[in-house]
Amino acid sequence: MPTYAALIYTADVDWSQPENQGDMGGYNDFGHNAAAVIRGGAALYHTATATTVRVQGGKGGEVLVTDGPFAETKEVLTGFYLLECADLDEAVAWAAQIPAAWNGLVEVRPTIPMG
Amino acid sequence: MPTTPGDAISAVIRAEYPRILATLIRVTGDVGLAEDALQDAAVRALQTWPRDGLPDSPKAWLTVAARRCAIDRIRREAARSGKELEAMTLQDFDGPEPSESVIRDDLLRLVFTCCHPALSSPSQVALSLHTLAGLSTPEVASALLVPEATMAKRLTRAKQKIARAGIPYRVPTDAELPDRLPSVAATVYLIFNEGYASAGAEPIRASLVDEAIRLGRLLYELMPDEASVLGLLALMVLLDARRPARLDASGALVLLADQDRSRWNRRSLVEGVELAAAAITRSPDRADPYAVQAAIAGCHALAPTFAATDWVAIVDWYDVLLSVTDTPVVRLNRAAAIAELAGPAQALAEVDAIDGLEAYPWWHAARAELLSRLGRRAEAVGALERAAATGLSPAHLSQLQESVHSAT
Repeated sequence: MPTYAALIYTADVDWSQPENQGDMGGYNDFGHNAAAVIRGGAALYHTATATTVRVQGGKGGEVLVTDGPFAETKEVLTGFYLLECADLDEAVAWAAQIPAAWNGLVEVRPTIPMG
Repeated sequence: MPTTPGDAISAVIRAEYPRILATLIRVTGDVGLAEDALQDAAVRALQTWPRDGLPDSPKAWLTVAARRCAIDRIRREAARSGKELEAMTLQDFDGPEPSESVIRDDLLRLVFTCCHPALSSPSQVALSLHTLAGLSTPEVASALLVPEATMAKRLTRAKQKIARAGIPYRVPTDAELPDRLPSVAATVYLIFNEGYASAGAEPIRASLVDEAIRLGRLLYELMPDEASVLGLLALMVLLDARRPARLDASGALVLLADQDRSRWNRRSLVEGVELAAAAITRSPDRADPYAVQAAIAGCHALAPTFAATDWVAIVDWYDVLLSVTDTPVVRLNRAAAIAELAGPAQALAEVDAIDGLEAYPWWHAARAELLSRLGRRAEAVGALERAAATGLSPAHLSQLQESVHSAT
C-alpha cells in the first residue's frame, strides 16, 4: 500500500508551551483514531528554532548556515504524519481529520517507495 | 455528419471509444497501455474496414483487436526488459465480453477519475476530452487553443498524478456522489463554454460544443436520475438549439434579442425543455444550479419572440439560482433580465451595485449596453473601452460596438 506524507501547515506555533497543550488534544485524538494507518510523524518546534543549511559550490563546498526557516510565510510547516492508505481518497479522508485541516491546511503527498 | 466512408468509420470508432477504453483500463490496470492498444486497434480498423466492410459488431471487433494489441505490447515490453509474463494477466484478456452493467461501472470509474477534484480543472478538461471523448493529443490541443507540446505535457502530468498519487479507479458511493458530481458537471460545462462562447477568433467552436454535449449524454446514460446531470444536458441542448441563428451571414454573433427564432433547432428545444422539467422535478428540496439555468434557457426557448419573453419567470428563476449560488456573475445575468422587465435604469443601478467584477469584461459590456440604452453615449463608450481592455473577445466586442453606435 502506498504511504502518504500529510504535511501540516498552520500559523507558527510552539507546541512545547503549556498554553498550546489544549490544541494538542485534537492531535492526540487523531493519533488515536488513525493509529491503524499512521506509520510515523512528528510535531515540530517553533520556526524560531529552525536552521537552514545550504552547501555552496556542490558537494563538499562551503556550508552556509542561516537562522530561521527557508521561507517566511504566514503558514509554516509545523508537523507531519506518514499515513499508509489504499489510495488518495483514503489519505484525503484521514487528512481531513487532522486539526490543521481546519486551523490551517494539510498537503498530502505520495512518498516514493524505497528499496 | 460523416460524408466519406473514412469519416463514417471514424464516427463508429469514436462512438465506441470510451466504453472499450474503460474496460481495457480495468483489464490492463494501465491507462497508457490501454490507450496505446486502442489506438493500434483503431489504426487496424481504418486499414481493414474500408476493404472488408464494417464488421457485424464494430465494438466486438475493436474490443478483441484492442486486447490483442495490448497483449502484443505487453509481450514486446516483457521481451525488452527480460521479465517473465504473468499467465494470469493474459488469461483475463480472453474472458467473455463484459456485460452492460460491468461496462457501465468501468465508464463511471473512468469519468470520476478524469474529473477527480485532486486534478486541476485544466487537467480534468484535457483528460476528459482525451480519454472520455477519445480526441488525440493534437486534437485536444487545437480544440483548447493550446500548443501541442503544452497539451502533451499537461496530459502526461495528469496521468502521472493519477498513478503516483494513487487516485483510485472506483465509482463513488451514493454518499460521496454529492461531493464528486459537481466537478464532473463543471468540467463538461467548461468544455461546452469553451466552444459556445469561444474566446478565440471563431465566435463559436462547434466541435467543442458537440464534444461537451456528447459527454453530457454519456453522463445522462450513466446517471439518468441525477438532477445536475439532467440539468446540465438540458442547459447545453437548449443553448445549442440556437446555433443556426447565432451567427449572421458574415459570421458575426447575433444577440438573443435579434435572433431569427424560426431557425432555432426545434427538436433540440423540445428535448431540452423535457430534460429541464425532469431536472427540476428531481431536485425538489434543494435547487440544482444547472437545472435552474436550464429552466431559464427553457423560458427563452418557449418565447415566440424576444418581446414576448416571460421576464417575470426568468427573474424568479434567477432568484432561485441566487439562493444556491450567489455569485457576482449570476447577479449580473439577473440584472440583464431586470433591464427587460423594469427598464435599463433599474438594471444599471443593480449592475453598478455588484462588487468584484472590475476585471470581468462582461460587467463592462453590460454597463456599455445599458448606458447606451439610456442615451448616455460618452459613458457607454468609456465602458466599451473597459470591456475591450479587460479582454472581451473580438466577436463580442464588434457586436457591442455596433449596438452602442447605432443607439444614437
